[in-house]
Amino acid sequence: MSSRQLKRLIPVVVMAGLTGAPSVQADEFTQEDLKRWEGQFMEVVKQGRDLWTHPLGTNSVSCAQCHPNAANTHPETYPKFQKQLGKVALIGDMINWCIRNPAEGQPLALDDPKMIAIQAYINYERRGVPMAPGKH
Amino acid sequence: MNTRISRRDFLKGAGALAAIGALPISLVELAFADSAENFTFAYISDAHIQHIKGTEFVRNWDRGLIRAVAETNLLTPKPDFIMFGGDLAQLGSKPELDHGAEIMSALSGKVYYVMGEHDYYLDLGQYWEQLFGPQYHSFDHKGVHFVVLNSVLTYDDWTYKRWPTAEQRMLEMAGLDNPNGSPFMVGEKQRQWLQVDLQKVGKDTPIVVFSHSPIQKIYKGWNFWTEDADEVQALLKPFKKVTVIYGHVHQIQYNQIGNISFHAVMATAWPWPYPATYSQVEQHLPKLTVPMNRADPFFERDATGWQFINLATGNVDMRYNLYNNSSRTVAFNPKTGQPEDAMYQPADQRIPPQIHF
Ligand code: HEC
Ligand SMILES: [Fe+2]
Ligand SMILES: [Fe+2]
Repeated sequence: MSSRQLKRLIPVVVMAGLTGAPSVQADEFTQEDLKRWEGQFMEVVKQGRDLWTHPLGTNSVSCAQCHPNAANTHPETYPKFQKQLGKVALIGDMINWCIRNPAEGQPLALDDPKMIAIQAYINYERRGVPMAPGKH
Repeated sequence: MNTRISRRDFLKGAGALAAIGALPISLVELAFADSAENFTFAYISDAHIQHIKGTEFVRNWDRGLIRAVAETNLLTPKPDFIMFGGDLAQLGSKPELDHGAEIMSALSGKVYYVMGEHDYYLDLGQYWEQLFGPQYHSFDHKGVHFVVLNSVLTYDDWTYKRWPTAEQRMLEMAGLDNPNGSPFMVGEKQRQWLQVDLQKVGKDTPIVVFSHSPIQKIYKGWNFWTEDADEVQALLKPFKKVTVIYGHVHQIQYNQIGNISFHAVMATAWPWPYPATYSQVEQHLPKLTVPMNRADPFFERDATGWQFINLATGNVDMRYNLYNNSSRTVAFNPKTGQPEDAMYQPADQRIPPQIHF
């Protein structure tokens, strides 16, 4: 939701609160909303899968070659201490590590839409696994 | 296993190499009661030579194979022959097979090749056959019957009718986790050939089968799987000493099913996660297998390694030498009738890097 949409909503919510009109509470959402949000998310997951199976660097090597179904990317463990980087790192840092090294490419900005899509895909393949920040 | 050769004996010629533990090859010794009959063979697998464009190939995979070849040439005693376990190429193209064959040509000694799916699905093995010979065959060497299978075939419908181009067919099969792929199989024609081939072999003759896929069912989603594994195993059942050695999985696996010992070899290109690390599915890694250590992405050659196998009396005694990790020994335990890791087999002996999640 854009901030402009948000601003427009606020007076409505306030009024609804005053008049007791049903079904216009800001924190209520419908099955249709859920469907749309899921659709939006899954579209980005799909983009992420597409990036996963195509080269992200210069040498034609894809992430899927070494990480089938994004296995061994462990998104639930981040942030975690990465001994080779000497610091607590984000998963984006390790994604960039693998883009630079096995894929011989240029790192992505952490808010690059591609970076977001890759993380959406990685996390989706890992759905249901409990959070384990810091785990090795 | 009194005829076991120590790792040092094998590497007398390799003293000049700093990182002995990094040898990404397998050296297999067959030991017999009459030690004059003993012999060794080396095993290199899954090089995945990958063409970028023009004369450029993926440096990482080239280095893995070049190193394996150089180190195989240093082995003492010199192996009687060298096996290549399949997936020489990444997308089966002529430039890839040629480039791989050229690197392999530096090997001194006879080389036998196994077909991998990455070699096969562009032209169904045509060019590969020109370079390396028939897709399946058998040979005898010092009292052992060796069988080479093309185990990466699949349903005719998938191979011949599904894809508009050969290039697309190759790409679809090359993606390990691609749901458009199709399960590997040896196929009826080859099984009939095998049945006939084995008729002339004595039941006491040791048999070693080389295949690319496991000839056992581990995880279908990544084709760690052979659809007609049960039928092939049935053909091998009458023989006393059978070993299946396979590539494709890029990791240590071992298993015992009845009279058949199974051993996977590592890749020279890159290691693969164990199927259990894909949390959305069930898989059946042999319970027996104690996994290799998790790979460190900061060391390009990590989780490749080499091993030698001693097959005296049909029991398997295997030593894995792992880059940057302690060596592993997996030996047949006559009490339990199965191969076991000498150090890590009991659950309470496992070390943290062996936990894959
Ligand atoms: C040559 C093989 C190879 C390729 C290609 C590769 N990686 Fe990796 N990557 C690894 C290995 C090995 C690990 C360590 C796995 C482990 O911790 O068990 C790893 C680890 C990671 C991790 C961190 C996991 C952890 O828990 O530390 C992420 C994230 C990752 N890779 C993302 C990617 C992305 C994105 C790509 C594609 C640009 C990629 N990888 C390509 C081999 C590869
Ligand atoms: Fe392979
Ligand atoms: Fe393979």
